[in-house]
Amino acid sequence: MHEMGIANSVLEAVRTEMRRYPGSYPCKVAVRIGEMAAIDQDALRFCFEAIIQETDLASLELAIEFCPRRHRCQGCGREFVVHDYDSRCPRCASLETTCISGDELELAYLEVEEYGSSTVGAKSTQ
Amino acid sequence: MDRVPLERKVLSENDRIAAELRARFQEHGVLCLNLISSPGSGKTSLLERTLEILPRHDRVAVLTGDIQTENDANRLKRFHFPVKQITTGGTCHLDARMIERHLADWPLEDLDLLFIENVGNLVCPSSYDLGEAAKVVVLSVTEGEDKPLKYPSIFFKSDLMVLNKIDLLPYVPFDITAAAENARKVHPGMEIVKVSCLTGNGLHEWMVWLGERRRAHKSLVQQTVS
Repeated sequence: MHEMGIANSVLEAVRTEMRRYPGSYPCKVAVRIGEMAAIDQDALRFCFEAIIQETDLASLELAIEFCPRRHRCQGCGREFVVHDYDSRCPRCASLETTCISGDELELAYLEVEEYGSSTVGAKSTQ
Repeated sequence: MDRVPLERKVLSENDRIAAELRARFQEHGVLCLNLISSPGSGKTSLLERTLEILPRHDRVAVLTGDIQTENDANRLKRFHFPVKQITTGGTCHLDARMIERHLADWPLEDLDLLFIENVGNLVCPSSYDLGEAAKVVVLSVTEGEDKPLKYPSIFFKSDLMVLNKIDLLPYVPFDITAAAENARKVHPGMEIVKVSCLTGNGLHEWMVWLGERRRAHKSLVQQTVS
């Protein structure tokens, strides 16, 4: 269970990034989690919500983009998603395939909003 | 609303320190191996047998991680190589900063080989780069042959699987062929050695792998320097 550490790192990255945007606040942070990254998405969400509670970032949304394991065939160049650990090329049946993604633990993007903008007003009246 | 691309690793601070460590290991020609397994698979036993076999003058050191106790360091210190315990106090894995801190007073120029024994855990240590040249995963025959499929990340990221406790094979329903197949499903072409740290069976293959890794690392470092 290291999702708390991961959640903390995400939040630290948000705070660091927000120094570049005075007068704005972060609405959403998106991360990419690979199938092979050994991260439990539910645990990450739980930890993230726990650490932002009752802070200035309590409304910050966490978006998780799941990245399946993908391989590229060394023979025919086909790129494909690996299901059930079957890394055989679906086009030419070669076993000589290389993993090209699925190991992600990355920050993708941050959505920021200026204080006092119309969306804030809309949000507070909802 | 503005969308700002971030495009960096979540653990970029850990990765930054790990990259610095890797550069230092490279500079001093130190081969660093990160040993990972469930608790009780035999990481410490494998290191005990290894230190027992290595010549006394060999330039080898061990950092060993646990949540509590100095037990493992005490076991490993008997072989007269430098050993240091890292007690995490609760954290379920080692991170690069812990390695940096515990290496602070060790002159790397005196070392050729550094073993890092991670905290017993098949999940979390796989996310943290420690600056190692390779991860080695230890699996024991009492754990079940489907572990590589259940915990793919660490088998995917390790260069070698050491299958330990093979002396118990007559007593436990463990399909050694299926274990190897499962490991290679997750990590095609993965190298596997089968050992018993109790009887010493198979340790020769492990030492051969280690020797080859050390030679390859040394020639790589020499090429980089020249």
